Amino acid sequence: MELKDKLVSSFLAFEEEFGGENDDLHNIRNQAIQDFERIGFPAKKEEAWKYTSLNSVLKHDYSFFPKKDDSLEYRDIKDYLIDNIDTYDLVFVDGVYSSHLSQTTHDKIDVCLMSSALCKAPYKTVVDKYFNKIAPKTGLNALNTAFTREGAYIHIQKNKMADKPIQIINLSTGKEAAMLLQPRNLIVVDENSHVQIIERHQSLTDKPVLTNAVTEIFAGKRAIVDYYKIQNDSTSASLIDNTFIEQQSESFCSVHTFSLGGKLTRNNLNFYQKGEHIDSTLKGVTLIEGKQHVDHNTLVHHIEPNCESHQDYKGIFDGNATGVFNGKVLVEKEAQKTNAYQSNNNVLLTEKATINSKPQLEIFADDVKCSHGCTIGQLDEDALFYLRSRGIPKREAQGLMMYAFANNVLESVKIPELKKRINKLIAEKLGVQVGFNL
Amino acid sequence: MLKIKNLHASIDDKEILKGINLEINPGEVHAIMGPNGSGKSTLSSVIAGKEEFDMTQGEIIFEDQELSDLDPEERAHKGIFLSFQYPIEIPGVSVTNFMKAAINAHRKANGKEDMKANEMLKLIKEKSELLEIDRKFLSRSLNEGFSGGEKKRNEIFQMAVLEPKLAILDETDSGLDIDALKVVAKGVNKLRTKDNAVLLITHYQRLLNYIQPDFVHVLVDGKIVKSGGKELALELEEKGYDWLKPEIV
Repeated sequence: MELKDKLVSSFLAFEEEFGGENDDLHNIRNQAIQDFERIGFPAKKEEAWKYTSLNSVLKHDYSFFPKKDDSLEYRDIKDYLIDNIDTYDLVFVDGVYSSHLSQTTHDKIDVCLMSSALCKAPYKTVVDKYFNKIAPKTGLNALNTAFTREGAYIHIQKNKMADKPIQIINLSTGKEAAMLLQPRNLIVVDENSHVQIIERHQSLTDKPVLTNAVTEIFAGKRAIVDYYKIQNDSTSASLIDNTFIEQQSESFCSVHTFSLGGKLTRNNLNFYQKGEHIDSTLKGVTLIEGKQHVDHNTLVHHIEPNCESHQDYKGIFDGNATGVFNGKVLVEKEAQKTNAYQSNNNVLLTEKATINSKPQLEIFADDVKCSHGCTIGQLDEDALFYLRSRGIPKREAQGLMMYAFANNVLESVKIPELKKRINKLIAEKLGVQVGFNL
Repeated sequence: MLKIKNLHASIDDKEILKGINLEINPGEVHAIMGPNGSGKSTLSSVIAGKEEFDMTQGEIIFEDQELSDLDPEERAHKGIFLSFQYPIEIPGVSVTNFMKAAINAHRKANGKEDMKANEMLKLIKEKSELLEIDRKFLSRSLNEGFSGGEKKRNEIFQMAVLEPKLAILDETDSGLDIDALKVVAKGVNKLRTKDNAVLLITHYQRLLNYIQPDFVHVLVDGKIVKSGGKELALELEEKGYDWLKPEIV
C-alpha cells in the first residue's frame, strides 16, 4: 500500500487511540486528513519541489504509531544536548515524551508538552487562538495536523524572559523497521518577552526515519525569539521541517539553520510580518557530502511598512551532494520603506556536487530597498596559494578556507556554548583544528 | 642556495618572464627592482609555486633540487617563504591558530611530532615581541580588518616563526608608513643570518635604506637587464627606469 493510503486509512485508529476529548481539535484533525487526502505529498511537478523529490524517502513502510520507550538513559543522549549550560529540555523518544530525560517548567513561563496543552483547560485560550493558524494548507502541514499528538508547547507570558535556553530534542531509537515522526510545536512569545530555543532531530541507528515537523511561532510586540536548528543526522534520516513565524510590531526573530547531515532535508521557513519595525533574520550553513540533499525554501512576507529582513545562507557541497536555495521575498504594496536583503553563497568542491539557487523577489511597493546576491563557485585560488605557501597542505588549506567561508553566519549565534559546539562540529567536518589561542 | 636558469613563465599563454638568470647564496640579500608590469611579482609567485603560472623553459634549483614538480606547501617545507603583497583575509581563524597549523605542517613534513602547546605559545610570544605585535592582535582573525601596516607586519611575524632559508618579500614596503617600515625592516634584519637569504622585490629604493642589499637587479619586461651593488638602487631612484629600457631592444 502506498504511504498516503496507509496514512489515510490509519487515521481513524490513530484518532481513537490518541485523539482525546477535545472536540475542536477533533474537527481540525478531521479537516486536515481530508485536506491531505486531497492534496497528498508534494510532487516534483510543483515549482517549489522541482529540485527535491520525496520519492526515495516515501518508499519505506513507516510505522507512525508512537510507542513508549524508557530504555534510553541520559548518557545515551548527552552528546546531542548542550549539556554544560543550564537549559530546559524537552526530549521526545520515537515521538513520545520522555520525562526522565527532560526538564520542564510552569514557573512564570510554560515549557511543557503539546499533548497536555491540547487537552487541558488552562491552555485552551492560547491553543484556540494560535494552534494551526499560520501553517499554510499544504499536504505536509495537513498530514502533520491530522496526526498531531506531541511536541513542544512553549508560552512565554507578557514581560517575561525565559531564564535559560530551551532545547527540543527528537530522538529515534530504530526499534521499528522504519519510523515516521510528526512532532508539532507551538511557541507563543507574548509582548516584551524573550526566548532562545535550540532544536535537534537525531536518529540513533541507521534505520530509515522520516520526520515531518511543524512549528508555529508567534512573537508579540517587541518580543525577541532566537531559534537554532541543528540538523546533523545520520544518512538514513530525512527531515521535512515546516516552520512558520508570525511577528508583531518591533519584534525581532531569528532562525539559524545548521544543515550538516541527513539523507534529505527540506526546510520550509516562512516569516509573516504583521506590524511595523519588525526585524526577521534567516541564516544558514549547509555543509554536506556523499549523496546528501538539503533544500532551503524560505519566504519573508513584508506586509506592513518600515520592516527589515536579512537572509544569509552559505553552502558547501562535496561529493555528489545536492543543494537547493529558493528564497522568496514578497513585499506588499503597503510595505513601504522595507529593507530586505538576501544572499546565498555556495562552494562546490567537486564536479558532481550541485546547487540550484533561485532568489524570488516580488515587490509591489515603490519605496523599498531590496537586494539579493547569489554566488556559486570554487575556492579562491589566491587564498589557497597563500595558505599553501605557509606549508599548509592543500586539503587542510581548503578546510580552513571553508571554515572561514561559513564562519560569519555563526557570529550572530547568541548562546556562546552553542556557538562553540557548532564551530567544533563544522571544524571537525572540514578536518581543521581551530580554537587554539593565547 | 637558489639557482634560476633561463626561466620562462607564462600565464594564459602570455609570456611574462623571458629568460631570468639569478643565483642567491646563503647570507646574501638580493633586491629586484623594476617598473610596474615588469614581472617582479610573477617571479616571486613562480618561485613559491603558484600553479596558475606555466614554467615553459628553464629551471629553478633550490639546494640542489629542481622545484618545478613541487607543490607550494612542499617548497615551504624546504624553507622557501613568500611574504605577500596582498595577504589574504581568513575570517574566523586567529593568527595564533593559523601559525599552529603552519608550524605543525612544517614539522610533520620533516618527520617531527606536533609542537607542544606551551612550546608553541612561547615561540609565538617571543617572535611577536620581535615585531612589536601585541597579544590582542594574535587572537584576531587572520588579516581580517588589519591595516596595511598590520598585514605586512604579520607577514614578517610569520616569517620569524617559520624561519625560512629563503625569504622572498614581495613589495613589503608598499602601503607602509615610515614607522611601520622601520619595524618591519628591523624584524627582517634581526632574522638575517649567514645561513639564510632574502630576496626583496620592490618598486622603490626606500626599503633598501633599511634593509641593505648585497646585490640589486633590474627587471624590465621579464628580463634582468642590469645587476650591480646597492649603489644601483640609488641610481635608479634618481634616473627612473626609462634609461634602461633601450638595452633590451
